[in-house]
Amino acid sequence: MSKVGKKLKKNMRDNPYLAAGLVITGMVLLLIIVGLFWTPYEPTAMNAKEKLSGISLRHPMGTDNMGRDVLSRVMYGSRITLFIAMGTVAIGAFAGTIIGAVTGYFGGMLDEVMMRIIDAMFAFPSILLALVIISIFGTGWVQLLVSLGIAFVPSFARIVRGEVLRCRNMDYVENARLQGVSDLRMIFVHILPNIKGVLASAILIGFNNAVLAEAGLSYLGVGSQPPYASLGRMLSDAQQYMFTTPSYVLCPGIVIVLMVLGFAFLGEGISRWK
Amino acid sequence: MTGRSFNRKAVSKLLTIVLATLTIALSGCSSDKTAGDDSSKITIGIPQDISGLDPHNITGAGTKEVLFNVFEGLVKPDENGNLNPAVASDYTISDDSKVYSFTLRDGIRFHDGSAVTAEDIKYSLERNCGLDGSEPLIKSFSNIESVSIVDDSHVDVVLTEGDSDFLTQLTVAIIPKSNQTPDSTPIGTGPYKFVSWSPQESVVMTRFDDYWGEKAFIKDVTFKITSNPDAIVMDLKGGSIDMFPRITSTQAEQLKDEFMIYEGTMNLVQALYINNAEKPFDDVRVRQALCYAINPQEIMDFVSDGAGAEIGSAMFPSYSKYFLPELNDTYNTDTDKAKELLAQAGYQNGFEFTITVPSNYTQHVDTAQVVSEQLKAIGVTANIQEVEWNTWLSDVYTDKNYQATVVGIDASTLSASSLLARYVSDSPKNLVHFNSREYDETYSKAVATADDKEKTEYYKECERILSKEAASVYIQDLPEFVALNRKFTGYVFYPIYVQDIARIRPVEQ
Repeated sequence: MSKVGKKLKKNMRDNPYLAAGLVITGMVLLLIIVGLFWTPYEPTAMNAKEKLSGISLRHPMGTDNMGRDVLSRVMYGSRITLFIAMGTVAIGAFAGTIIGAVTGYFGGMLDEVMMRIIDAMFAFPSILLALVIISIFGTGWVQLLVSLGIAFVPSFARIVRGEVLRCRNMDYVENARLQGVSDLRMIFVHILPNIKGVLASAILIGFNNAVLAEAGLSYLGVGSQPPYASLGRMLSDAQQYMFTTPSYVLCPGIVIVLMVLGFAFLGEGISRWK
Repeated sequence: MTGRSFNRKAVSKLLTIVLATLTIALSGCSSDKTAGDDSSKITIGIPQDISGLDPHNITGAGTKEVLFNVFEGLVKPDENGNLNPAVASDYTISDDSKVYSFTLRDGIRFHDGSAVTAEDIKYSLERNCGLDGSEPLIKSFSNIESVSIVDDSHVDVVLTEGDSDFLTQLTVAIIPKSNQTPDSTPIGTGPYKFVSWSPQESVVMTRFDDYWGEKAFIKDVTFKITSNPDAIVMDLKGGSIDMFPRITSTQAEQLKDEFMIYEGTMNLVQALYINNAEKPFDDVRVRQALCYAINPQEIMDFVSDGAGAEIGSAMFPSYSKYFLPELNDTYNTDTDKAKELLAQAGYQNGFEFTITVPSNYTQHVDTAQVVSEQLKAIGVTANIQEVEWNTWLSDVYTDKNYQATVVGIDASTLSASSLLARYVSDSPKNLVHFNSREYDETYSKAVATADDKEKTEYYKECERILSKEAASVYIQDLPEFVALNRKFTGYVFYPIYVQDIARIRPVEQ
């Protein structure tokens, strides 16, 4: 325990990305965790007298067009955004890693076919793909998660496949093969652990893209359902009040920026971990 | 190092010069413009291009509202919802409502200078009936048995079945028979004549000086297509358009200092439409409880800063002949009463339902959110599901597979039946599955009656039944804002979807 602690301390000192990533992500997580138990106001409570008020002591992030407290809604909304981003990356990384590892390791016809399918999926912008899925299966949490998840599979599959191809011909793999290690064990015990660094930063970058993709989809009105709102949704609702009440659009926007920035730094920091 | 700092200096100098030139040039521009402005021409922004020029073959409301200025029917609607004689100077309706006789207005001319003849009227009406065996262009025209010319100035329209509301259909444009190309050279009898149409850009009209009625004030009118909603405020402030109908309340707020903002209503019946066939809404007490719990005034405060007009039944105020303002007070907000009714119906702990809203209509989505919040007070949980417009049309409007929805329903003609027909229990358009024998009887009496006064009374009775039975939670007629340059005045709202430019006039100085 103390060994890990010491290593973390050393890395924090030498690696500003990690430090900044931890601090920023910590702030956002704190906001979300506090929001689980307490918000200054009920996120859906409306107040006709305080519509579109700017930043004040009563409302640290102002209010929206229905007089709802923006801070409370941001606390609630960042939870949705984080949840969707995590789910998306989990689906994408899991499926993508398996596809990438199998195709990269075995090669041959399977590899050709799978990779052409992946290429075809790459040709579509991921948002477009998600929109198609949502328009067929309707709006809802599950559809949103699955559609974004599928859209994220190709990039993970590509990255993992490349890494597996690189490792496949390395001496230690040859060595293991001579010892008669089975294919499954080879992939999961010998190869995958060696590409965890690349995978970790891919996951964190993917996480950023997922936050932005969810914001994008909600901005198009197919993401989270009112009266609750994800950060992206809030941004989209706020745009028409951009000039009259800038705080309404700025506050959720800043939280999205912080979330993405924090995870980007964290990803960079982890890849530089010594 | 020295080279770099020199460069920087040079760049900043250059920048200053460029900026200075630009400032002078641009300010020159704007002063030129004000000098060249002329109040005898007006440019009106419209959100989409028109779909065609043949008045009988256009469907989009956005096209009809433009061509309203060019074409006229035998009768023409006015801003109070009355039908006034236009191409016909007079008309009589037979007692069985089967024969409509029209007298051609004396001396009326088309835009090309030729006189309107009875032959032209026959041609125009028959063109819509599909008498040659094709599908009629206007569905209700299939009821026309014949259009017969009595003499040079009298035309009889004979119906197969009596219909005392048929006059509302006779606003269809009268066009010259001699015109071989009505889809490219529109010729009508309206206060403006068509000049040119540049697709995706503009439609130009000019005043028709031989108009039979009160002539238009402004000589040249350009409808400019401004499809980007974000550009509307900029275009209005920059002076490239003088008027824009149907701006949002936020845009109105931004423009109110420099522009004349007219506030009217969209002529929609906005309501929380509830599926009467589905539990728990099959119980009238539950529907009434929702009516008591939902406060339309509060919704208007939230959604449009208090603008809009409250309604209490399926009728909007601009149909003043039929509108019953007292129905707004059938259900004044009363949470205790609502809870009591719920308890009587066996839902003392409330219940949960889903409101399906089309996501492209912000005002309906916002209304649903306020409704959901208001219903919390009586322990009812309303979840909101946003769906895309086509999904809404197929699932909710066509298949009626929904619990509740918030939407606005408009009227296709100037008759109360266009709003009330859909509540007849076996009507295919019966969105809420409303089922009341009393209503069906009253409505059929209204349709059968020829006397206008009696008919109106029956329609009013229909509205009272809808209110009493709480067919839906009627909320409001949404507000509509029109921005007009302060050089002009006289904009009027119509109970149908048109822009009457002939009424707009320059402000006298």
